[in-house]
Amino acid sequence: MDRVSLRATARIVADADGGLPLLVSDGPLALRRTRAAGPYTRVTVVGAMSAPLGGDRLAIETEVRDGARLLVDSAAATLALPGRSTDPAAYDVRISVGDEGELRWLPEQLVSAAGSHLRMRTTVDLAPTARLVLREEQVLGRHGEPPGTLVTRLTVRRAGRALLDQELAFGPGASGGWDGGAVLGGHRATGQLLVVDPAFAEKPVESRLYGENAVVSPLAGPAALATAVAPDALALRRLLDEVLVALVPF
Amino acid sequence: MSRSALLVLADGRFPAGGHAHSGGAEAAVRAGRIQDAAGLESFCRGRLHTTGLTSAALAAGAAHGLDPYELDAAADARTPSPALRAAARRLGRQLMRAARATWPSPELDALAAAFPRGAHQPVVLGTAARTAGLGPEDAAHCVAYETVGGPATAAVRLLSLDPYQATAVLARLAPEMDQVAERAAAAARQGVDALPAASAPLLDLTAEQHAAWPVRLFAS
Repeated sequence: MDRVSLRATARIVADADGGLPLLVSDGPLALRRTRAAGPYTRVTVVGAMSAPLGGDRLAIETEVRDGARLLVDSAAATLALPGRSTDPAAYDVRISVGDEGELRWLPEQLVSAAGSHLRMRTTVDLAPTARLVLREEQVLGRHGEPPGTLVTRLTVRRAGRALLDQELAFGPGASGGWDGGAVLGGHRATGQLLVVDPAFAEKPVESRLYGENAVVSPLAGPAALATAVAPDALALRRLLDEVLVALVPF
Repeated sequence: MSRSALLVLADGRFPAGGHAHSGGAEAAVRAGRIQDAAGLESFCRGRLHTTGLTSAALAAGAAHGLDPYELDAAADARTPSPALRAAARRLGRQLMRAARATWPSPELDALAAAFPRGAHQPVVLGTAARTAGLGPEDAAHCVAYETVGGPATAAVRLLSLDPYQATAVLARLAPEMDQVAERAAAAARQGVDALPAASAPLLDLTAEQHAAWPVRLFAS
């Protein structure tokens, strides 16, 4: 890839009346308002060019105001590629959801191509009555290729308190043992589906196994997390789709 | 610091109930992910750099004197598996009983009163280390060692693995245990917000599977 590294921050603000007072694309992060199937405002991230490359610093900031319902998805997988710079690429997703607000954050997979190095950080701040469905999928390498280095951190706070904090690190730049029997055990795709709903405080989700490769667990707050591993992206999505249908009551 | 106090706390004979837990090794053996010393080594290495680092930093934080309530909440957020949260609190409760008898202190009494069902084990361990006159690095070393020592001992029982080979695995991991303990202690000095959250998908997944087995040799 022959271009200099870049900085870009895209912004989304959603209002309760269905409007998007702010919808700002930047560089490779092109945002489009698209037609929604449900009672949501829908925004699709359209990857206008290959990114992130080594050295890039990308960010998406999303504010879901009180009472707003927003769905964010993407048109294609995010592909981390090596760049001219040997520095890691950074991709920051910062999300806040206000009271009675609801966000479905359902992007396509994050694919770590050979030789790439990406550090992705997702930070979510939820108001006490906010609801969230958030999916993350990490795919190690394109078909038949060894992975790059991928570090993802997901931090979710609810009413200012930590609800979930999880970091995953894979590939040649990660600490040893990431492909061993404790972490991935040879799987090349892993994913998380987080559902936060204040209603879970009354009726917590029960732990449930989905075959050998996925589990849904109640967190220590009103939330449930699905953890899945799979040989590839397709098998992973199949598992998480099954969970999504069973787990999301709203 | 007292090197001998560290040996007392880190000793597998310290009556804190750790021997009943395999650290995920029982599930990994059943799934065929640990079959020999090499499989044990890569399992232990992965556990060390993920939940080992995270737990070591929690213990170092408690030894450093960070707020144990905040540390316990941070531990909950870093433990999505309810089976592992339950195991951590059960182990914390057992360790608390042993620690209060060994190093009586108002700090341990207060922690025990605040968490009658048990605080997360690393938080208790760090507080016990502090009471014993040990520092954050000591507490972190202790956790790093038990992170790999537990699965190694369990693998000897589950696979009839040669104990010499299992011990050689631990010795080979020693430099990485030192690195993890140093990273953990350095992070803990920067406060709760700087604590690592390294995690392992298979450990979270298989802990729930293991908890559903009707018969098992180890509690986790």
